[in-house]
Amino acid sequence: MAFESLTDKLQNVFKSLRSKGRLTQEDVKIALKEVKMALLEADVNFKVVKQFVKSVEERAVGQDVMNGLNPGQMVVKIVNEEMTALMGSETVEIALQPGKAMTVLMMCGLQGAGKTTTTAKLAGKFKQKGKKPLLVACDVYRPAAIEQLQINAEKQQVDVFSMGTGHKPVNIAKAAIEHAQKNGHNIVILDTAGRLHIDADMMAELQEIKQNVTVHQTLLVVDAMTGQDAVNVAKEFDEKVGIDGVILSKMDGDTRGGAALSIKAVTGKPILYVGMGEKLSDLEQFYPDRMAGRILGMGDVLSLIDKVQSSIDLDEDKEKEMAARMKKGKFDFEDYLESMKQMRKMGGLSSILGMMPGLGAKSAELESLIDEKQLARMEAVVLSMTPEERRNPKLLNPSRKHRIARGAGVDISVVNRFIKQFEQSQKMMKQFPSLMGGKGARKGKFRLPF
Amino acid sequence: MSEEKKGFFARLKEGLTKTRNNIVKGIDSIFSGFSSIDDDFYEELEETLIMGDLGVNATAAILERLKKQVKEQGIREPEACRQLLIDSIREQMDVGETAYDFETKQSVVLVIGVNGVGKTTSVGKLAGKLKAQGRRVLIAAADTFRAAAGEQLEEWANRAGVDMIGGREGSDPASVIYDAVHAAKARHIDVLLCDTAGRLHNKKNLMEELKKMNRIIDREFPDAHRENLVVLDGTTGQNALAQAREFSQVADLTGIILTKMDGTAKGGIAVAIQSELHIPVKYIGVGETIEDLQKFDANQFVNALFDIRTTEEGND
Repeated sequence: MAFESLTDKLQNVFKSLRSKGRLTQEDVKIALKEVKMALLEADVNFKVVKQFVKSVEERAVGQDVMNGLNPGQMVVKIVNEEMTALMGSETVEIALQPGKAMTVLMMCGLQGAGKTTTTAKLAGKFKQKGKKPLLVACDVYRPAAIEQLQINAEKQQVDVFSMGTGHKPVNIAKAAIEHAQKNGHNIVILDTAGRLHIDADMMAELQEIKQNVTVHQTLLVVDAMTGQDAVNVAKEFDEKVGIDGVILSKMDGDTRGGAALSIKAVTGKPILYVGMGEKLSDLEQFYPDRMAGRILGMGDVLSLIDKVQSSIDLDEDKEKEMAARMKKGKFDFEDYLESMKQMRKMGGLSSILGMMPGLGAKSAELESLIDEKQLARMEAVVLSMTPEERRNPKLLNPSRKHRIARGAGVDISVVNRFIKQFEQSQKMMKQFPSLMGGKGARKGKFRLPF
Repeated sequence: MSEEKKGFFARLKEGLTKTRNNIVKGIDSIFSGFSSIDDDFYEELEETLIMGDLGVNATAAILERLKKQVKEQGIREPEACRQLLIDSIREQMDVGETAYDFETKQSVVLVIGVNGVGKTTSVGKLAGKLKAQGRRVLIAAADTFRAAAGEQLEEWANRAGVDMIGGREGSDPASVIYDAVHAAKARHIDVLLCDTAGRLHNKKNLMEELKKMNRIIDREFPDAHRENLVVLDGTTGQNALAQAREFSQVADLTGIILTKMDGTAKGGIAVAIQSELHIPVKYIGVGETIEDLQKFDANQFVNALFDIRTTEEGND
């Protein structure tokens, strides 16, 4: 991995703090200098960083830390609290009009931020909730923008309203709302063209739309990879057009996403969703405290739990049983098969690894070691075992191993290596709970994902 | 877009005004607020550069060099220090003389980058530019993933007046490249421009897909001059470095197209990339019309960045 993540950075800093036992004022300064550099490297706006570091310092250099038994943890706590305070502590939903009333949303943002894709993703979300969205093609400038919206809408099976490229966006919006009223749509999403925040004419176009039709929510789509400029963009759009919420796109990259912090700090507007992939279903709720936790090296444990819960169909008892077995290292090949099945449902191992606390850069390392084909081969090996063998790996003598190798179509050495690895991972599983405990488990108990 | 024709400098300076104002305001206040070059002075300078998205590492490298020079040359005036800083960045950003050889050779240009940076637009602009130079240009529309990407590129191809080879949505992009390479050979094309689908650099499979395209060009057209351009969004922060780094694992990057340079607070990342990866910025995108792709000029870039008035204003 080319990049050391902010998480790793902070972890390193705090590791060195912990080893000192007690914190001096000087230690706090050194630690915060690292925090500052890490945040800057994460693209958090400079002014935001400065403010942030100052408030942490004010709190950290004081009685709490000086008297604390574990100074490192104390700083982590303060940094976390300040970060959460900055990010906002609650998940915010898009405010819809009550009852059957129609809600009009307007998307805006710079070119290439992902407005059109996000529009389609949002439509899918609303549709799932039983709404009837109408997507409106107000981007009359970019070649094929309308076609892109139409194709995506078709995939989501929602309606599109378009008047081609020959009309002013404000007129398209007006006509679209009439159309929506007639056809029983209760959510209208205006997909506007990408524009620069300093382009007066284009900004005026958005103002004109807002003046002529009732826009209930204006949503700014921002690329999560944006640098220092994120504050300028967010501020200008907020001041000129007025935004009600932010959607961060391309969060599935390896960006550290400091822009999220900057935008929140500068506009005070909530971040509503994050774009997590190219599939039209890849739009996730934004949890500010999780984001803060993630930045601070706690992994995205809570997101992981959500993912696990929404995709795993294990019943509670079985889940508990499995976790207990894992803790004791009694994880057999049956469990292995089951966990592979669950993992696939959760979007593969790499997506889970990324959310693991404490792994940080190691997750990238691990990821590169994982070969999905290899996993399939291993599964074939397990499937070639008898149920007894799966439950009791000790049965596996050379002749059984040969049979398994033949059955799976692999070399005997592959089988041997796999069994050895499996024994090792059994040992690792025993250590897992402690890895999962600690900070990561602060909100309720963490359930093992596989 | 009611944009009148403007010269390169006007365009670039216009686009960079905000950046320049930010950086220069900071720098001016530093240089005027300090009577001597001390730690506080450097610290503020560091902060100012970081605000311009130069990044922690590039900033550190630049300042280290600056400090050394200040010491060696016995400089005491903040103003002289400023000049040194400008020279240092300019020197670093200089594009080599052979940077644009591909424009006059028989070449294949592979254009890659993450989603939404402006690959398709850049390819369209580049096609128009080369066509205007009298080159025979063919475009390969190898973005078969994003909805309507082909249509978007086709519009650009029409504007530029060049042919395009495409594939259906969902088809194998490598096969589009294969077809295009053979078409380019058969039609005696000078420059084949290959547009690819945007992909985040941490998606292994998609990066493999790019490698495959790269291999096909190598295999099917070994005689062609190769140009691999990564398109980076000028508003992107430090992640652009990771992007450049990862994409250079796919193909030997020969240059960068830095887009959306007509907004605010851009340009800093270019310095960081040059400093860390030694990949030169070859073009910058400063607008939405077909002629808004400009060759990168270190001198003018740095001057515009630091608001140094030059007499070459109409020298386009």
